[in-house]
Amino acid sequence: MNERGKKYLFDSEKNIKRLLGFVYSGLGVLIVFDLFYPKHAEFPWEGWTAFYAVFGFVAFCSIVLAAKYLLRKIVKRDEDYYD
Amino acid sequence: MRTIMINTVPPALIFIVGALLIPLLKGRVKSAYLLFLPVLGMINLLQIPEGTHWVYRFMDYTLIFGKIDRLSLVFGYIFHVISFIAFIYALHVKDDIENISGVVYGGAALGVIFAGDLITLFIFWELLSVSAVFLIWARRTGGALNAGFRYILVHIVGGLCLLAGILIQTYTTGSTEFGYIGLNGAGSYLIFLGFGINCAWPLLHAWLTDAYPESTVTGIIFLSVFTTKSAVYALARAFPGTEALIWIGAAMTAFPIFYAVIENDLRRVLSYSLINQVGFMVCGIGIGTQMAINGAVCHAVNDILFKGLLFMSIGAVMYRTGKTRCTDLGGLYKSMPLTSIFCIIGAASISALPLFSGFVSKSMIMSAAAIEHMPIIWFVLLYASAGVFEHAGIKIPFFAFFSHDSGIRTKEAPVHMLIAMGIAAFLCVFIGSYPWPLYSLLPYPVEYTPYTVSHVLAQTEMLFFCAFAFILLLLSGIYPSEKRALNLDADWFYRKGSQVVVAFLTKIFDELFAGFERLFVKRIPQTLAAVSKRPLTMATQYYASVRGETGTDTEEPSVLPEAASLIPIGIVVLFAVVLLFALTAAFSL
Repeated sequence: MNERGKKYLFDSEKNIKRLLGFVYSGLGVLIVFDLFYPKHAEFPWEGWTAFYAVFGFVAFCSIVLAAKYLLRKIVKRDEDYYD
Repeated sequence: MRTIMINTVPPALIFIVGALLIPLLKGRVKSAYLLFLPVLGMINLLQIPEGTHWVYRFMDYTLIFGKIDRLSLVFGYIFHVISFIAFIYALHVKDDIENISGVVYGGAALGVIFAGDLITLFIFWELLSVSAVFLIWARRTGGALNAGFRYILVHIVGGLCLLAGILIQTYTTGSTEFGYIGLNGAGSYLIFLGFGINCAWPLLHAWLTDAYPESTVTGIIFLSVFTTKSAVYALARAFPGTEALIWIGAAMTAFPIFYAVIENDLRRVLSYSLINQVGFMVCGIGIGTQMAINGAVCHAVNDILFKGLLFMSIGAVMYRTGKTRCTDLGGLYKSMPLTSIFCIIGAASISALPLFSGFVSKSMIMSAAAIEHMPIIWFVLLYASAGVFEHAGIKIPFFAFFSHDSGIRTKEAPVHMLIAMGIAAFLCVFIGSYPWPLYSLLPYPVEYTPYTVSHVLAQTEMLFFCAFAFILLLLSGIYPSEKRALNLDADWFYRKGSQVVVAFLTKIFDELFAGFERLFVKRIPQTLAAVSKRPLTMATQYYASVRGETGTDTEEPSVLPEAASLIPIGIVVLFAVVLLFALTAAFSL
């Protein structure tokens, strides 16, 4: 897609779909594994089914949303603010 | 205690004295010499046995330049390794000031970690700040100049804090030894705070995110290592097991992750990430068990490597494109594929993906928190781990090398930069896959197995679902677009605060000087001139005016000032007389 018409790895929709497919199938495999493997846990909640999956997902979303809708509203200024 | 070392010298000496020769050398000889210094330093360090060396008397104090034990040694090794990598990365740099500053800065850090007494520690601590500021100024932009001044001002305050603490501590304990101090009395609190400023504790951290991104492409590699990690060492030496550090560390891991999401400049994102990672170490030192201290030290070593690698990869982008903002970058994997791969390895390492270095050290700190039954701290650290993956694991490589195609087509990073990144990347993977050589260097025996099925599963599961969240947020358009903007941080207080103070003082001094000008430049000379012209007439007129009589026979308009205007002079004279008397009385007593 560049000036010479050369196609790079992620210029192809197919490759992006492959990458996403890898992530999605990884999610599935990990959840199946999580369901059947008896986990060693320091805290009781670590033994809950898919604890780390849910925690990771919720933590990630909450960090991004809090930064975007709360922190950015409070601290964002123009680049020349101090000039 | 005095041990005569025939074949070795204090580790700091090789760097600091070695720096003096740099201006005399040219071309390839200079490059070879810069690479030779850390190699020589490492050979020297390997020859030094554990113990206390280079003990000198200075006035009433004992200066110790070589406190060599397992804690200081591991920092010493990694400082030499990263210096070697950083000098390979910086081989294109022709600026002597930058090269000398880098070498002296590394030497100062070695001086700090091998210092056996508080005075030696303080001397090298100050040298650390002074040499660092030249790495910032070396970029020679207005922004770098101002950020450098702010950097040095904050560190002067920190240094004074440390000095005051050392003086009080020495006075109260009668010893200048640099060992365990613990929070006990004013001196120890001031030392603690002095260390905290260099460690970038919350609210004391803004110098880091303000100044580091303003430094040069190569300067930031050195900066990301020495100041914060030598402060981590100092805390591990003097304040292990101090409960306050657990909470300070946890706060350090948590707050930068939000800033990193909305920050546009990738080197500033990495600076926030640096505070976040140092937070894990500080927390481990606060927990204070052998496992936690091992975890903190191990994570310091790993962070030096993977954070260095990330800074190097973004530095290579800056070197080639002159840009570091997300809004200006994207699609660079097409031009810089190797740099992209190295960046991804750094990102995987900091995110603690299994087989990469962060995995074998961060979990040690978290396990230590779990063993000590600290669920809140454990949750904060786990939450911060998700944040690390967001900003360093995904954001850095994604916005620089993938994302939308910025249209920039440039060359791959120069060979020397690729070699430096390659070495760091290799070490990240090696330590991640085979951590035992590093474990064997840690201060305490390691009884920790990172690779259990539970641990690998838990970490991989969390990271994959974080990635899933990213994909959903990105595809739905909720993920915040990068914006050209500035985000206020704790430096607002002194950057805006100083403007208010300057405006206030300017107003006061303007009025004061205007008053002085009226008095000394106009009124007093006018009066004296008039009096000296016709003293008798003036005295008569003055006498009459004081008595309230108005002269009818005045031929010329009076130039004599009104009596009221002489009051300030009277007050000053009175004040001077009183002062003179007071001084005389004071000295005669």
